[in-house]
Amino acid sequence: MKRIVWWGLLGLVVLVLALRVAGGEMRSPFADLQGFGVWFAAFLTLAIVSFLYNDNPIYRFAEHLFVGVSAAYWMVMGFWSTLVPNLLGKLWPSLTARWFMPGLAEQARDPLWFLYLIPLAFGILLLTRLLPKGGHLSRWALAFILGTTAGLRLIAYLTADFMGQVQATLVSVAGYTPALTPGGAGVFSFERMFWDLVAVVAILSALSYFYFSKAHTGAFGRFSRLGIWVLMVTFGAGFGYTVMGRVALLVGRVEFLLADWLSVL
Amino acid sequence: MMRRTIPLFITAFVGSILVIAYFIPHPPFDQLREDFSIFFDIIAAVAFILGGGNLIRMHGNRVSRREKGYGYSLVTVIGFALVLVIGLTKMGNPDGFRNSSVTAAGSYFDLAYQYVFRPCAATMFALLAFYVASASFRAFRAKNVEASILLLVAFIILVGRTFVGAWLTAWLPPSLDFLTIPYLADKIMTVLNFAGNRAIMIGIALGIVSTSLKVIIGIDRSYLGSG
Amino acid sequence: MSRFIRFVETFNSLDKRWIFLAVGVAVVTATIFRLTFPEIPTPMVRAIYDKVETLPVGSRVLLPFDYDPGSEPELQPMADAFVRQCAEKGLKMYFIALWPLGQSMVEGVINRVLLEEYPQLRYGEDYVDLGYKSGGEGVIAVILTDLKKLYTTDARGTNIEAIPMMAGIANIRGFDLILNVSAGYPGLKEWIQYAGTPGNIPTAGGCTAVQAPLLYPYHPDQMLGLMGGIKAAAEYEALMMEGYPKFAENKARYLTALTRMGPQTVAHLAIIFFIVAGNVAYQIMRRRKGAAR
Repeated sequence: MKRIVWWGLLGLVVLVLALRVAGGEMRSPFADLQGFGVWFAAFLTLAIVSFLYNDNPIYRFAEHLFVGVSAAYWMVMGFWSTLVPNLLGKLWPSLTARWFMPGLAEQARDPLWFLYLIPLAFGILLLTRLLPKGGHLSRWALAFILGTTAGLRLIAYLTADFMGQVQATLVSVAGYTPALTPGGAGVFSFERMFWDLVAVVAILSALSYFYFSKAHTGAFGRFSRLGIWVLMVTFGAGFGYTVMGRVALLVGRVEFLLADWLSVL
Repeated sequence: MMRRTIPLFITAFVGSILVIAYFIPHPPFDQLREDFSIFFDIIAAVAFILGGGNLIRMHGNRVSRREKGYGYSLVTVIGFALVLVIGLTKMGNPDGFRNSSVTAAGSYFDLAYQYVFRPCAATMFALLAFYVASASFRAFRAKNVEASILLLVAFIILVGRTFVGAWLTAWLPPSLDFLTIPYLADKIMTVLNFAGNRAIMIGIALGIVSTSLKVIIGIDRSYLGSG
Repeated sequence: MSRFIRFVETFNSLDKRWIFLAVGVAVVTATIFRLTFPEIPTPMVRAIYDKVETLPVGSRVLLPFDYDPGSEPELQPMADAFVRQCAEKGLKMYFIALWPLGQSMVEGVINRVLLEEYPQLRYGEDYVDLGYKSGGEGVIAVILTDLKKLYTTDARGTNIEAIPMMAGIANIRGFDLILNVSAGYPGLKEWIQYAGTPGNIPTAGGCTAVQAPLLYPYHPDQMLGLMGGIKAAAEYEALMMEGYPKFAENKARYLTALTRMGPQTVAHLAIIFFIVAGNVAYQIMRRRKGAAR
């Protein structure tokens, strides 16, 4: 019985769509490549949405297609945007210019072009991971990636996220709103000063909660409990914003179905 | 030696050079810093090939062994192969193969993006709206003081970030402006959320700095695995 | 057991698909009826708008578009608004992407906004698409000191030296503003960490609502303004409408975020209803269990 209801509903939807296409109220899937594309995109959208009811073969088809297409997309982008101009173009500029990017012909060969043999070698080593044996050589490439990431992050986090934040906290209690334009006058207000003081107390209390070298008892315990509340406010705000973001994405898909596919908007 | 010492040396050398270049921004350190960063960018592009290769190896095996659900793996392999070919050959690109952007409007690669990648990616993320609503209903319960604070703040933010927030408390006189939902939402975001996230940020920064240092000087070797 | 308690119990264990249906119906209905509400710009959003307004004609603005279709409905309205304002002000726009899909986002905004609405602007003189490079923060670290070492061509394969607006540019330190649109890593945080803070370049941007609370600590010292999600995009559009009244004439084209705030508001109300109702049901059941003990 349930199956009959579902098939009946599906038939009704197909009939309505066919009538709308026949009446010229919406784009035909057979009109042109774009028309077919919009219908296929709508099919994929509904296929993925169908997961909300239950896992099903149509959803799995869309999911697997997405995985394959996205992996290839990333690979193609990496090839054309970085490997061709920044690796092949540096090592064999005239050949690359002739075959792929004529624009590269206008520049002289880098005198230190041979240095680019290093990323080429590391790149090949990285790909040895795909081989059944000898995959351990890929660790050399991994070591390079890790060394670079660690070196870059150590400085960036130390300056921007540690020193920058501590410095901003220390000077913020002045109650002063800096000018937007260079040379412009800033603004002082007691209200701003009050909220800045609240913020500093809140920061210190939240930091005290993360300080585990001292037992959270007595006055320190009460202060760190205040820190928990500050963190709860932070997580609450994060949750509120997360809901906002997710809904916006849904609105975008609904607009696509209603406007681009069904032409009812 | 090949398995552990050389990788450790590479990490230590590259990491140290990048740190030194910050304090001594002169040749050869600044040039090495630039070169290493560019090499990193290139290797990152090779990682995409590795990712694609791994995917195909996995799904290809499933297809060749006729494992359960191999038809779906075939869909992945065909989708991957098709997009790879049309992307690498810039098929259908209105400006031709050379001297044109691979993502140029009208190319088959662009069509694959517009009508396959885009709807799939956007809908996958849009589904989260439903799950976040369901999670709000099931898990968002005022069980204790902390949970109640979280709930109250989320409520103020959700209402305060829409027109309803302003409308609900519009009747308050100007002297009680500080009780309006938009004012409360603003102060939650710019004072308390700001403070909480700053504390978290300082903590994370210290964590990342120490982890990076451990990786550079070879104390943290987990990336080398056990072999 | 009273009928009311039975109802509360049933509601407490409601199948999640009913919640899905309610949210879906709320969003679809609000989208069809095109509800819109007025927006009052917040200081963080106004700071970005004012900064762009005060830049002299010909100032260089770096526009990194680090997002993909997964967050496009949320971020595309702000990307469009940024580009429109830069075009109106006669600023030089340098598009760049750290996400592979970001390049398609750049192409989209060039086709949708610049080619259709500002056909007088010339590629290579008023705007340039430098395209995508892999490496995330590694890319930022390089272009902070030497842009042309990494960007030897633009996204279309044209030699960087042959592009007029690239003349005299050694790195991004000379840029007047970094205006990022970000959906995660790498994104606005990395632009602040690796370019804005060390290079002392004014940095601002829009990001997904999920990211926004995490970026507040950078304001105002390291980030002059922040736009979090569709709500902030709607506020920016309200400012654009105020500054450039012609944008009010075609809401569907110029004010997409404002039109999306209608369904957004209705969905928020639906979710708030479920949170409140869920809590009421929970408290009733808890008290009942307490009384039974």
